[in-house]
Amino acid sequence: MRGDGLDGSLPPGGGAGAPRRPAGALEAEVLAVLRAAGMPLTAGQVRQQLAAGQQAELSYSTVVTIVTRLHAKGLLAREQAGRGFAYTPIDEAGVAAGRMRQVLEAGRNRDAVLSRFASGLSGRDARLLRALLAAEPGDPGGEQE
Amino acid sequence: MRLFVYLPLLIPALTALAARPLAARLEPRQATWLLTTAAAILAGCAVAALALLTASAAAGLPALAALGHYSQPALRRADPVAAVTGLAATVLLAGAAVTAATGLRRRARALAESYRRAARLRADGGLVVMPGNAIEAYALPGWPGQIVVSAALLEALDDRQRAALLAHERAHLARRHHLFTTTAHLAAAACPLLLPLARAVDYTVERWADEDAARATGDRRLVAATIGHVALLTPPCRPRPATASLGAAGRPRRVSVAWAGPVPRRVAALLAPPPARHAVLVAAVVAAAALTGLSALEAARDLHALLEIARAAH
Repeated sequence: MRGDGLDGSLPPGGGAGAPRRPAGALEAEVLAVLRAAGMPLTAGQVRQQLAAGQQAELSYSTVVTIVTRLHAKGLLAREQAGRGFAYTPIDEAGVAAGRMRQVLEAGRNRDAVLSRFASGLSGRDARLLRALLAAEPGDPGGEQE
Repeated sequence: MRLFVYLPLLIPALTALAARPLAARLEPRQATWLLTTAAAILAGCAVAALALLTASAAAGLPALAALGHYSQPALRRADPVAAVTGLAATVLLAGAAVTAATGLRRRARALAESYRRAARLRADGGLVVMPGNAIEAYALPGWPGQIVVSAALLEALDDRQRAALLAHERAHLARRHHLFTTTAHLAAAACPLLLPLARAVDYTVERWADEDAARATGDRRLVAATIGHVALLTPPCRPRPATASLGAAGRPRRVSVAWAGPVPRRVAALLAPPPARHAVLVAAVVAAAALTGLSALEAARDLHALLEIARAAH
């Protein structure tokens, strides 16, 4: 499995004086913070929450590493928030689906089995699509946002 | 071993040019069957032609002539296949065997993985809702197959759009579209000239599912708008340099979807009237496949006749 290779690559970013903990424990703490939050949090917010919970202070880069790894493992979903990402935990069925997608994508195999409803668009295709849908009278769902 | 042995290698090159226009014009279900079958036949014939050229070159080896009790000089005189050609065919044949085996292994693994995962994702009504904010929807082949949709996408759609999305994904599973794409891509693995044909099949199965969704919801425009809506919500794909520079020029001009990505083409097709069947185009593809098959057969008979002559001269 690909994800396993990442374990142990945690940068020695735990703040000065912080006792070293196994990477798994940090991941569990971050997950717990995100589950408790009930809303998407950025890495910075996760770090604040961890500090507020009187956990040893972690460097920003450590938190980013942890959430990125959790995302790669399919345990967190993320969305664009400003220049970074905000993360939300994924529940069990979602974790399974995320892992599966990860596995399929990892081997360049996804085209073999997964048919996505609609892929992302290049800039030109997006303009073309907007033009097509705008030309349609009574379009129910082309451009609402 | 004259012209006939080269036709099965030439015709796949021609289909590379015809694949995309055919996929755009043919009725999607018909197109999928036709192009997948054609890809399989053309790949088989191309490999057979390479094998015949290789065999013909090998027959020219003195050691084999002694073993097979035929006259090597007589064979050499009768057979116009140059040694270089035979060697090139051998290399291509070996390459085809390797790429086909690799492709088969990769696809078989991906399918096995998908079936395993689908079995594990036991969901109500074959729908798995993936929490989180990703915009994602796909059909996962299995026994039974599953449809995976992200919660964020479901929230972004109204009831009718959701119905259109699910009808599209259900069509993929019910029609076993992965078998068509797998067959076409395996053919392309054996004969890379067929890659445009395999990509065309990727497109026609999407169109097939779109048309099924249009029938299920009774509203072509709804399906078109849903695809457009979802695609515009999905994060953009890697920018392609060529299209980026086109965009930078920013000249207002009448854009055609003919060379656009799959999403605009699918939407345009749904906004147009339902596709009709084109008997002439179908006949042309069938004729090309038949010509290829007959050429391979004729080349095999050529080689056989050649060996007969050489044996008589022994």
